[in-house]
Amino acid sequence: MPEASVTPSVSSVLLDALKRQILVVQDYSLLAFRSVANVLTPPHYWSDTLEQMDLIGVGSLPIVVIASVFIGGVMVLQTAAQFERFGETALTGDAVALALVRELGPAITALLVAGRNASGIASELGSMVVTEQVDAMRALGTDPIRKLVTPRVIAMVTMVPLLVAVADFVGLVGGFIVAYFTLRLGAVQFWTRAVDALDFGDLVQGFTKPVIFAFIIATIGCFEGLRVKGGTQGVGRATTSAVVISSVLVLVVDFFLARLLLFMFQHH
Amino acid sequence: MRVKKGLSGAGWQPGDEPFSPNGALVDQGALEPLLRGVVISIYNRLMTPQSRPALGEQMASRPGEPLISFKDVRIGFDEGDVLRGISFEVWPGETKVLLGESGSGKTLIMKLAAGLIHPDGGRISVMGHELVDMGEKELLDFRRHLGFVFQEGALFDSLTVAENVSFRLREEGGVAEEEIDRRVREVLSFVEMEPALDKYAAELSGGMRRRVSIARALVDRPRVVFYDSPTAGLDPVTSQTIILLILRGRDSQGVTSLLATHRVQDVFGLANFRLEPGTDRIVRVDGNGARPADQEGGAPPTNVLLLREGRLYFEGSADEALRSSDEYLKKFLVSAG
Repeated sequence: MPEASVTPSVSSVLLDALKRQILVVQDYSLLAFRSVANVLTPPHYWSDTLEQMDLIGVGSLPIVVIASVFIGGVMVLQTAAQFERFGETALTGDAVALALVRELGPAITALLVAGRNASGIASELGSMVVTEQVDAMRALGTDPIRKLVTPRVIAMVTMVPLLVAVADFVGLVGGFIVAYFTLRLGAVQFWTRAVDALDFGDLVQGFTKPVIFAFIIATIGCFEGLRVKGGTQGVGRATTSAVVISSVLVLVVDFFLARLLLFMFQHH
Repeated sequence: MRVKKGLSGAGWQPGDEPFSPNGALVDQGALEPLLRGVVISIYNRLMTPQSRPALGEQMASRPGEPLISFKDVRIGFDEGDVLRGISFEVWPGETKVLLGESGSGKTLIMKLAAGLIHPDGGRISVMGHELVDMGEKELLDFRRHLGFVFQEGALFDSLTVAENVSFRLREEGGVAEEEIDRRVREVLSFVEMEPALDKYAAELSGGMRRRVSIARALVDRPRVVFYDSPTAGLDPVTSQTIILLILRGRDSQGVTSLLATHRVQDVFGLANFRLEPGTDRIVRVDGNGARPADQEGGAPPTNVLLLREGRLYFEGSADEALRSSDEYLKKFLVSAG
């Protein structure tokens, strides 16, 4: 008897939880769709977009530069020993270039920007929700998705690929510096091999990913910010989950994108 | 015993249909019981949101249509029902004051009336718009014609006072920069905040923020303004200044408003004082806010709605509220006062 009374309640609780999750995904999809659809119709908030570009692009530049120099450097440190065993230290340039452009540049930049800007966006929009500024905006006849979300999405999608380009280059510089001092590799040898190693497919892969990562970071940051409930504590929670969700999503999507893009370009 | 006085003075008993000053939609008693339900549902479906001929005759005796009308509005959240069937109307020129304990749904009613949230059931009509049938895009256009003063002001803290006030004018587009500047200065001088033009919201005190918020709501001269607890958390002197501003807005611009508060002084301030026509003087009127606006010496009508446990507990003029012998109302007025 007790089983009969317990079982439906457990399943209904699970079903309820599932329904909530599906609702969240639905809300997110709607927000993501509307943020893009807004680009096609006026009004556009170009000054807000430029401000966000400065905040995301220029603001993230220092950490992206520092992080990529050291990642390029440490890659050479770790791989040099292996290449030396086979007497093929010249291949270092290939390895660093391929790994950076295809994978590490986009992924590391996206993770850094997620940590820095997804949190920033979520806490800013979250505070606006808590202090009723978002409702005030709606009460004044302005669509918050158009005014707040779309500029952030546009700014992120244009800035992250540029940041990745910088990260790729600076990472190669870091790799070259370490290769020069540890392997005594010449500049011509390193750079020629690095550039030759890359083909069109690698570049497509290296610059498709950041666009998609940027979209994920911006929309998740905005979504978490706009659905804040429960005061300052809610803002804290939203900030944390924005970073966690966008970082994990970036890594998961990275895998599937890599699979897809490798499939598309492997015969190239 | 429950007290429930409508504007029309119609009696209301517990267990009755939710209070509706306009009475039933059709003469229900004249129809066969079996047919009644079908006919009423078809009638309602056909006639909503268009005008209802059955109401026409009753409406003719009233001055125009109500600017705001709630019919059996219900809304609930995970924690339970907050509003369990609220019906009321706000007529042109009227100031409707929502009283109630915190958490009784005053803010919710304001947000419902501005279309910021959707009810679970019932109809809401504001300035001829049926809000329940409107999408967010239409609602955004609709909201440009009303003013909303939020509880803490809700000023955009990344913008200056002038940018906050001019926000709506800039959003509308097509307004010349000089015109924006003139109107912003005009409305800021109305709330006596012109010197703070270039300050940021964070630099302002609580009272100043409310004043700027009122200026932001009034800049486009809306017909209807919602004031959500404009005096909450302010000292008595500042509260009085805010109420005087609301009163000036009412009498100089003919604003119809819905005002939430838990301060009884706010109600009687609005009911017993008015701006002397043609001057800038506030004068005391004869203690009866229920007088029609056109009556000599009277203030525009100030009526009270008291919310209790998700329902309207009392509806009547400020004067009637004061003279009522109902225990809860008395207790509320005394403790709130």
